[in-house]
This record gives sequence, structure tokens and C-alpha cells, in this order.
Amino acid sequence: MNALTAAWDWLTDPAHWSGDDGIRHRLLQHLALTVVCLLLSCLIALPVALVLGHLGKGGALAVNLSNVGRAVPTFAVLVLLLLTPVGDWGEGPTVVALVLFAVPPLLTNAYVGVREVDRSVVQAARGMGMTGRQVLFHVELPLSLPLVLNGVRIAAVQLVATATIAALAGGGGLGRIITAGFNLASTPQVVAGALLVAVFALLVEGVFEAVERLAPRRARDGR
Amino acid sequence: MPRTGQSGAPVAWGARSNGAVTAPPDDCLARNEWICGAYLSTRRQILLDAVVQHLQLTFLSVLIGLLVALPLAVLARRRRWAAGPVLAVTTVLYTIPSLAMFSLLLPLYGLSADLVVAGLVLYSLTLLVRNILAGLRAVPEETRQAALGLGYGPLRLLLAVELPLALPAAMAGLRIATVSAVSLVTVGAIVGFGGLGNLIYAGMNTYFKAQVLTASVLCVLIAVAADLLLLGVQRLITPWSRAGRA
Repeated sequence: MNALTAAWDWLTDPAHWSGDDGIRHRLLQHLALTVVCLLLSCLIALPVALVLGHLGKGGALAVNLSNVGRAVPTFAVLVLLLLTPVGDWGEGPTVVALVLFAVPPLLTNAYVGVREVDRSVVQAARGMGMTGRQVLFHVELPLSLPLVLNGVRIAAVQLVATATIAALAGGGGLGRIITAGFNLASTPQVVAGALLVAVFALLVEGVFEAVERLAPRRARDGR
Repeated sequence: MPRTGQSGAPVAWGARSNGAVTAPPDDCLARNEWICGAYLSTRRQILLDAVVQHLQLTFLSVLIGLLVALPLAVLARRRRWAAGPVLAVTTVLYTIPSLAMFSLLLPLYGLSADLVVAGLVLYSLTLLVRNILAGLRAVPEETRQAALGLGYGPLRLLLAVELPLALPAAMAGLRIATVSAVSLVTVGAIVGFGGLGNLIYAGMNTYFKAQVLTASVLCVLIAVAADLLLLGVQRLITPWSRAGRA
């Protein structure tokens, strides 16, 4: 337990909280990266997935994308991006890699969600004279909300993890506390950084649990 | 090896490689091209060593993960009270990012290959427990009752009826766990045991494009090959599921 007390001492030292390398700054960086990239990925993935699901096209692509995303190492993508012109633009590689790895779970879950809406409900909506757009927004989207939300949760957790690895390739965020600890051969700092990252990831997961529970009953019933 | 991963600052051309080979100034190594045949031929041994380390780390962690996951899943299936805690713990473990996981294990294992294996075991464990448990739960109650009626004891029921029927789900979990492990091994570069990740890390610090691309592509190839291999094994050991579909 010595390692934990040393890490706790490191965490509670006010000197480690201030400055550009301080915990506060890294925490805000991590939060900003996660939130901005989650919004970006949702803006990219959700419209595509909903439209594809509505039309019933591109299913193989939407489903296989998740498998491809798992096989490609995050670290490799970060370093490859760093060595391309994207790398000249500050947090560019981090943002691009984060979005790349958040899109597959969003796309797959939203697509599957729309496709799994009961066909007879969709037919009934059409029979009532709803246009394609009305069917999508008033029938398919509300009914697929549980799976869409589940995809957002998976993507958010994935974003936190990827943002941590980005520190290996020089990106900002809480991972930098860990990599700095390795550079200084300071085990307390490494463990303290890891604890911060772990708590951050679990909090994100917890927030989404809460959102799913508070979501309208209709949105929960599908599970 | 320098450990600093400062953002994108290009290192001078002279510092390109580890200095082991002085290439003629006009080949693709000197021009630092992404795709470079000379890199493959001159660094064959380094690449081979990295691939072997990558495979060893992956195989060992998935194997240990499987050995731990199986009893846990069976326990969670047989004892109702165990299912909640087992699933909760594995979910928490899976939420912790890989870099943080390796770092949390540092006081226990130091800078060693054991640290990488231990971290990966925890991830494969999660995926395997969930899938094996789902497979066991999907065994129809009538099937279990029929086996019990034929006089099967609890062990024989598990080995001869439940586990074979859970195999497709378990194999699906094994494939996901293996592919994830291949990809996560690269993060082990932070402690110097990352297989191909070591080459990517070194290539990043020296701005060595051919090395980074080659190692990355090899990583993906290993993942795809492992996935196909396991798919083949699954077809071989569950011939009934294929016959049922046809």
C-alpha cells in the first residue's frame, strides 16, 4: 500500500495542481478534448447512421466499421498522424484520432437501433400518411434512442481512453501526468496520474448511466 | 532511448535511425519515405523480434485471461449472488483506459513484460467473462432439464452440455479479446515491452516514417490473421452450428 500513499501524497500536494503541467490544466484539457470530440463525432456519425438505417442501406459498412476500429491500434494511428502534415497543427493528431475512434461505435449502434425498430410500427406510420422524414424523426429516432444513447456512452468512454494514449504521442490531457511520471522515473506520479484517469473514465461512465436512467421511459423500454 | 514524446517537433534528419546502418544518401531510407523496401530488408531481424514479442504477449495474456474467465463465468452462472459482483468488477476494469491500467500495475510489477501481460489479462478477462456467461445463460432450460433427467451430474452437465452449447458465444468473445489484445500490446511501449509498439514509439521519437508505417501495418495484419485463425477453429469445433445454418 506504500505506492498508494505515495500517490496520494503526490495528488494532495498543491504544487502539483497549478501551472501548465498541473493537474487542473490537464484535467480541463482532457475534459475539453473529450467533449469537443464527442460532439464532433456525433455530428459526423449520427446523421449518416440514421439516414442509412432509415434507407436500410450500407449495413455491412456500418456494422463492420466497429470491428475494423478494434483491430487498428490507437497508438499507431496517433503516431502516423503525428508524422503527417496534421502533426504540425498542435492537437491536430489527437483530435483526428479521437474522432476516428469514436465514430465506429456511434455509427454501428445508431444504425442497428434504427434497423431494429419494429417494421410493423414503421408500416403503420407510413399507412397513416407520414412522409419518410416524419417516419425518421417521429417514429424511428425516438424508438431507437436507447441504442443511440448506448453508442454515445461507448464512444465517450473510448474517447477518454484514446485521449489518455494521445499523451504518448505528445497530446495534452491527463495522460501527460503519467508519461511525465515515466520520464522522471517517479512511480508515485505515474500511479497518481493513472488514478486520475481511472476516476475520470468511471465518472464519464457514471454520468451516462445516470442519463440513461433519467431518459424518458419510452427510451428505456427497448432494453 | 529518449522517452519524451513532445508534440511533433521534427528531429534532424541525421538522427533518423539508431545509427546501426548508414544508408546511401539517395535511397528511400535517406529520403524518409513512408513505404521503403530497403527498410524491410535491412531491419528484418528487428521486425521479426518485435513480431515475436507481440505474439508472445498477446497469446500469454489471452490464454491466462481465458483460464481465469472460465471459472468466473461458471460461478456467476451457478451462483446467482456471484453474477452481480463479477459483472460489476469486470465493467469497472474495462472502463479504465489501458495506459492508466498499465500505470496502476507499475508498483506491483515494475518495468517488466509481466506488467503488460497482467494489464492485458484484465481486459481479455472482461470480454471473455461477459461472452461465456451470455453463452451459458442462452442454453435452453429444457436442454438442461433433459440432461438432468438422463442422470447427468452437475460436472457432466457443465462439460458435456452447457459448455459445448456456449462455445459459439465464447469463441466470439475470444476473437474480440484477441483482436483487442493485439492492438493494446502497442501501449506496452511505455514500459519498453510493446512488441511492434516499441518500433512505433522509437520511430515517433526519431521521425522515422517507414518504421512507424511498417510496424502499424504489421499490427493490423496480426490482428486480422488471429481473427481468421480463431474463426477457422470455431468452425472446426462447432460443426453443428454451421450445419444448422445451412
